[in-house]
Order: sequence, then C-alpha cells, then structure tokens
Amino acid sequence: MEVQSDLGATLATLLGLAWLIPLGSFAAILFFGPRMGPHGRNAAWVATSAIGASCALSLVAFGTWMVAHPPAAVDHGSAQHQSAQPDDHSPWSPTRDSSGVSATFARFAADAPAGESHAAGESRHGHSAHATGGDAPTKPAYSGDWYSLYSSPTLVLSIGWYIDSLTVLLFVMVTFIATCTHVYAVGYMQNELHDITDHEVTLASGGHLHRPGRYSRFFQGLSLFCFSMLGIVIAGNLAMVFVFWELVGICSWFLIGFSFERTSASTAANKAFIVNRVGDVGLLIGLMALWGSLGTLHFGNTVTVHADGHQVVRPGLFSLVRPAEHGHALQVPDGMVVAAASDRVASIAAGNSAEEAAAEVAAEVPEWRAMGMGSWLLVVAGLGIFCGCMGKSAQVPLHVWLPDAMEGPTPVSALVHSATMVAAGVYLTGRCSPLFTPDVLMVIAYVGAITLLLAATIALVCTDIKRVLAYSTVSQLGYMMLALGVGGWVAGLFHLVTHAFFKSLLFLCSGSVIHACHTNDMRRMGGLLKKMPYTGWTMLVGCLAIIGAGVPFVIGFSGSYSKDSILAQALVFQRINPSHAVLWYAAAGGTALTAFSMFRLWFMTFVGEPRDEHVAEHVHESPAVMTVPLVVLSVMAVIAGWSLGPLGVATLLEQARPLGTADGLTGGGLLTAAVTVPAEAASHADDIHFLVTVTAFATAAAGVLLAAAFYVWRLVIPAAIASLLRPAHTFLKRGWYFDEIYNWMFVKPTYGIAALASANDRRIIDPIVHFFAWASRQLAAGDAWMDRVVVDGLVNVLASATWATGLRLRAIQTGHLRQYVMFIVVGTVAIFLLASIMFGTMVAGP
Amino acid sequence: MNPLFDPVGVSHYLVVGAILFTTGLVCMVVKRNALGVLMGIELVLNGANVNFVAFGSPVLRGEQASILGLDGQLIALFVILLAAAEAAVALAITLNFYNNYSTVDVDRADDLKG
Repeated sequence: MEVQSDLGATLATLLGLAWLIPLGSFAAILFFGPRMGPHGRNAAWVATSAIGASCALSLVAFGTWMVAHPPAAVDHGSAQHQSAQPDDHSPWSPTRDSSGVSATFARFAADAPAGESHAAGESRHGHSAHATGGDAPTKPAYSGDWYSLYSSPTLVLSIGWYIDSLTVLLFVMVTFIATCTHVYAVGYMQNELHDITDHEVTLASGGHLHRPGRYSRFFQGLSLFCFSMLGIVIAGNLAMVFVFWELVGICSWFLIGFSFERTSASTAANKAFIVNRVGDVGLLIGLMALWGSLGTLHFGNTVTVHADGHQVVRPGLFSLVRPAEHGHALQVPDGMVVAAASDRVASIAAGNSAEEAAAEVAAEVPEWRAMGMGSWLLVVAGLGIFCGCMGKSAQVPLHVWLPDAMEGPTPVSALVHSATMVAAGVYLTGRCSPLFTPDVLMVIAYVGAITLLLAATIALVCTDIKRVLAYSTVSQLGYMMLALGVGGWVAGLFHLVTHAFFKSLLFLCSGSVIHACHTNDMRRMGGLLKKMPYTGWTMLVGCLAIIGAGVPFVIGFSGSYSKDSILAQALVFQRINPSHAVLWYAAAGGTALTAFSMFRLWFMTFVGEPRDEHVAEHVHESPAVMTVPLVVLSVMAVIAGWSLGPLGVATLLEQARPLGTADGLTGGGLLTAAVTVPAEAASHADDIHFLVTVTAFATAAAGVLLAAAFYVWRLVIPAAIASLLRPAHTFLKRGWYFDEIYNWMFVKPTYGIAALASANDRRIIDPIVHFFAWASRQLAAGDAWMDRVVVDGLVNVLASATWATGLRLRAIQTGHLRQYVMFIVVGTVAIFLLASIMFGTMVAGP
Repeated sequence: MNPLFDPVGVSHYLVVGAILFTTGLVCMVVKRNALGVLMGIELVLNGANVNFVAFGSPVLRGEQASILGLDGQLIALFVILLAAAEAAVALAITLNFYNNYSTVDVDRADDLKG
C-alpha cells in the first residue's frame, strides 16, 4: 500500500489516464483501423481525439499542480528576473583567477558537515556538494507504484509513477505538440487514403510499386508512439524507462520505415534502430551498475505500510546517492562502496558471524568511501545512462541516424525526431543528473559541445530542407546536453521545452513546403512567400525562435530565453574553470552557425526568384487543417519562454530541480583534472547576463546578416565560395565523413565477418551435414531392404496361411440350415461333456 | 429312491423341461419343412421356460426361491414375448421364402453355401 497525499493520487490518476488513452487508440486502430470509414479515414479522428483527450487531462493536471504548488519567485528565477543579485548566497565567486577556485574549494570543505569533509577535501576521487544556506527546501515530487511485476529484497520491478513539475510540464508539451501534429497529419497524409503508385520504387518488372494507402496504419503508429513517450516521462523507475525507451525506438522504426518498400526508408529505419541499440547497451550497463550495487531502480523512495502500522521506507536512487542526512550532497552510496570493496568484505566475513561482519562492514564504509572506493561504479552508472541518452538524442558519435531518419513522413519528423523522442535522452539525462559525478558531467558537456558545433557546421551546406532541420535539431540537442553538463539543469530542460515548440513548428512548415513542391531540394524552391504566406511567415517565426531573436533586455522569442540561460551557464563555467573555455566558445559560436543555416534555409525557400519554374507553377498554400497547427505552434514558439510574474517555464522547472543540484559540485579527477561545476544561480548575475545577451544577439545577427548577404542581396555568390573552399565544403557536405568512416570501421568488417561465417558454413558445416545426410540415406536403404524382405515376408506368409485356411473351412459352410443346427447341438453337447469332464468336481461340489 | 413316487419337486419339472427341449431340438434338426423347424424352436423355448418357472417357484423351492423373487416368472414371461416376436419375424421370412421359391423346404435354402 502506497502512502500518497491526495494530490499525488490525483495527479497519478490524471496523468496515468492521459498516458493510457493513446494506447486505447492504438489498440482500436490496430484491430479496426481499415474498417473505420472509407479507407480508414476515421482512424485519424480516433487517434486525434485520443491525444486531444490526453492533452486536456494533462492541462487539468497542470492546473492542479499550479494551484497546489504555485511557482515561487525564487531569487534566481527566470532569466529576465534577475534584479536580485544572488551572489551573496552563492559559494562561487565568478572570478577568472585560479585562486578563486581554490578559495571556493577551501570554503566548501569548511562549510561542509563534518562527515563529508574528508570526502570533499582530502580525496582526489571524492566529490562533494555544498548546500547553499543550510537546509535545502523540500521539493514537491510524488512517486508510487500502480502495479508490481516482481518483488524481492534485491529488486522491485513495477509500473509506477514519479511526478514532479518536470513530468507535468513535459506531459503538457508532448501532448500539445502531438495534438498539433495529429491534426496536421490529417491533411498531410491525405494521399494515403487512396491507392498509391510509388515512383521511387522500381520493381523488377520495370514498373513502379502500386500499393494500397496506409492512412490508418500511420495513425496507429503515432498513437503507439504517444503512449510510449508518455510512458518514459511518467515512469517511476529506470526499468520502466528502459521498457518505454525501447518502445519509442520501435515506434521510430515503424514510422521512419513507413514507406518500407523504398530502400532508402527501410535502410534509414534499420540504421536508426541499430545505432540506438549501441547506445542502449550502454544504458543497460548503467542500469546493471545501479541495480547490482544498490538493488533498486526506483527514482523516489517507496514507503510501505505494514498491517501493524509501522512504515518501511525503501530508499530510491536519488536518496541513496544524495542522502538527506548528508545535506543532499553527492556521495558514493553504501552499496557501491561495499560492492567495490568486495575482497575486504569477504575477508571480514571470513572470521565473523553474519551480524558481526555486517556491523563491521557498516563501520568501515565511511573510511572506504574516503579512500574513493566505489566512485568508479558511480561513474560507470552515469556514463552508461548517458550513453543511452547519446543514442536517443543523437549525440556525436551516435548522431548519424537522425538525418537519415528524415525519410519518415514529415509529421513524424516533427513529433518523433525533433520534439519528443530525441528529447527523451535529454530528459533522462536531466532526470538522472543527481547521479552524475563531475567526471560524467564533463563528458556530457564535451559531447554536447562537439555535437552542437559539428551538426551546426554540416547544416550550413545541406540542400535538403529536412536535413538542414535535422542537423539543426542535433545541434540544439547538443546545446541541451552542454547545459546539463555544465550545471545548467533548468537551462537545459528549459531549452528542451522551447525547442520542442519551435522545432516541431519548423518541421511542420517544411512539410507544408514539401507537400506543395513535391521535392525536398531547396535548390528548386525560392520565392514561395507570396504563394504560401501562412507557411512562410510561421516558418520565419520558427527561425527567429531557434536563433534566439529578440530585443535585447526587453523581450524575445522563446528560444532567446532558453539559449541565453545555456550560454550564461557556459560562461560561468568558463570563468570558474578557465581550462574548459572551449565549451563557452563552442556555445557562442554555435549561435552564429545556427542563425546562418536557419536563415539560409528560409531565404532559399521563401525569398528571391523561383529557381524552378515547373515547381513554382504548382505551388499552393496548404489546407487549413495544416496551417492552423502551424499558427498555433508559432504562437507557442513566441510565448513559451515568457514569464508572467513568477509564472514561467523556468520557475516551474526550478521546482523540479533534483535535491542537491542547486548547489555547485566540485571533484572529478578520474577522467579530467578536478573541475568545479558552478551552481546555476550564479549564471543570473547581472554582468553575466549582460555579456551573454550581447554575445548571443551579436552572433545571431551576424549569422542572419551573412545569410542575407549570400542569399538575398547576392553580395557573395555561394557557389563561388563553395568552389573556393572545395575540400572544406565537400567535408561538410559528406557530414564529416561519419557515414564513410562507420562504413569502413563497422559495416565493412561486419560484412567481412559475415562472409567468413558464410564460407565456414559452406565449406565446413555443409559437408558435415551432407555426410550425415548421405549416411542417413544409406541407413534408410538398408532399413528399406529389411522392411521389404523380412517384415513384408512375414506378413505375407501369415496372410497366405489365413487364406489357405479359409479355403479349407469353406467346405463346412454348406448352406443347409439343419446341418447348422446339428453343429450347434453337437457343439453344445461337446462343450457340456468337456465341462463335466474337466470341471466336474468344481461344478458338482466335492 | 424312485422319482416316480416322490412328491412332485423341481427335478420333475426339470425332467419335463429337458424332454421338451430335446424334442424341440430333434424336431429342428430333422424337419425339412420350415414350419416344423419353427415349431421345434417353440418347443425348445418352452422347455427352457418350464425350468425358469420351476426354479422361481416358492411352492417348489420354499425359502430358497425367495432370493430370486419373481425373477423366474418374469423371465418366463419375457421368453414368451420373445417367442412371439421371433415367430412373427420367422413366419415373415418363411412367407417370403415361399414367395420366391414356391416351397418351404429349408434344404432348398442354400444360397449362403460357401
């Protein structure tokens, strides 16, 4: 029995329903889809109303949450509320010199509770955190289990929930965007209502593939995806996260390979699936490290009340890694210490009884922890989880699948491959960030920075409209990871939310363009703004949002708030750790690249003269069912970052910040030199804010102006630059040769191994099998001879004997009735005679 | 001890039954006329019936018959019923035989000869 407040139960019911409704829709369409109206037309409305209902329930949950836990105007609130200078609370003085760092470090050790001082100060491997202003406030979060699949002292597998403001916010975001995408898809997938001749598939006979439409199948996939995605968000433990993680993976596979007869689509689907599996191996390793040493995968504590009234609290991951009695500071949990010191535990256990040994081990644990034992397990767990997130969120080097995933229909790209599924990696990184040591955070930050730069450079030269957006998605995901890595928990997840709105908007706009032009190639577009005003202007809004446009210090599109907070955190990090300045430069430089590539896309598509008369002739604005979602999403892309007093996404996220992560984190040493991850509050300082806003505005403006110079004013001819920088252009055009390298490193060797295995099969295994087959044949031939001669002979002899006897007995059958009666009489008399002779004494008695 | 002077008991009935049975049997074997054979069958059945009645009679057997109850009499009735049914079927067969062969000589009915 779970102990939950009424609010927790209410939220769990609301969000649980919102989670399960798309599953119902999936099941309904799975069984009855093609029979829902002509060509399954009504399947769209089943799926859309299901996700709409989920959205409504999520909004109710959101309202309930806001009433119960109104976001407080924290002193380090959203980016624009930073009149209060939080410097006096923060242990981090934003100074550049290294002495500032060591001074901070010393102060930290002095302030820390007695138990942790040696962990922080003396151990090179230790990590520690510092609780700002003494006791941390309790964060509102509710967790519990709906259903337990398996329960033992070392593992509980259950379907449960963990609900905090992040969960509620993501539910609203996912269901809202999904609803918009569903409505849009009703129009976009219209041609699937009829039989389709796919001109991209040439059959062996030379003709083109002719297939029935798959309208209902598309919405079936979307519904299953929505269910899986919401499952990740609501999941109360990592095992459940993993299950739904794989489910979104398979949904992605279904949807990328929607036109699976096209080789490109089926290959892209397989690529996405396989690359994700690589990441998931890491995730599994992380889960094993956590479960093997801690025996739980639950995020929150599980409270069980026994019949006699006493409560048993089974601590979750968060409270094991950041125990309350330790001020929610990061420490290696007891389970990991014991697991790492298994040989010492064994030697203690050898000479003592079980209770004595346990007591002695418990007494030794703090000392072992101070020696740094078990911290590597925490690092493995963190890196493992992040590895899974790298696959899902397309971080270098596992980013190669996302651009290819654009083979899927555009609504899929908008929902799955930009707004929600790829953001699941960022979400999980954020959810698990209390578990991450400074080493892991550094890995996350560097992977994010490399990803954001690499993807942004590739986006500069792509000519496929969806690939530009795909690489820009990868780049923005890199921003989020970078933010999480440098301690900007709110910044990263804030950007996740705002990015979801404007990137789904951008994708849907590109879908509208593709729908009108029947091509993805931007070189054949141009001057579409007059013919497609809604699409053009809403896409401009999306572009402005993604580059973080706005009036500095006054107001801006949603992207400007979230991106500025990421940049601010990177800048603070650079000030404290000058050796990691590259992270800040990457983030700042990425802004200019993003601005250039996005406006290159917009200018090439909508401005100037049409490049292809044939395409331009047929262009028309999309129907209202497609443009209305665009307008709705563009409104969200503008306002998602705004705050109304204390109400805003950032303040809401601040409520969900994991306990202990509000403070900085110092340590490391396993993978890098010791670093100090600053508290996020430090990034709201006035001077940081000023510098960041100016930098972001300047870089973005530079990018836009450069794009305009290339594609509007024609001051520079892009082709000339391309030929001037031919090697670099080719390098970027081929995506830094990642596909070629992977082909050479993994695909070719795999084919080689397969060829070897096949040769082994043919040369060695096959002859052995053939020998056995021949031997069996010979044996069978002998057996057949035996059968024919011996067995059949015996049976035939018996048969002919019977036949001969029958012929002889035939004479008795005279046909004379009286003779038969004679036989009966004689026979009866004979039987009586025999009986009286043989059994006479028995019958007559002695 | 001479059974002829004994009071009438079960064994007397048995003797009568056996004579009836044997007579019937001989009649079945020696008669060529199908109706004669049928009469032999009736004698055989009635010979058996006399035995049933004798063994089931409380007058003849006293207490010993009480374990049988009315079984003897009932089976005798049942045999009479069977004999009637059998006679009906057999006479029908005989009539058909006569229609086809214009005779009731059973020796002529040797179509099933092996």
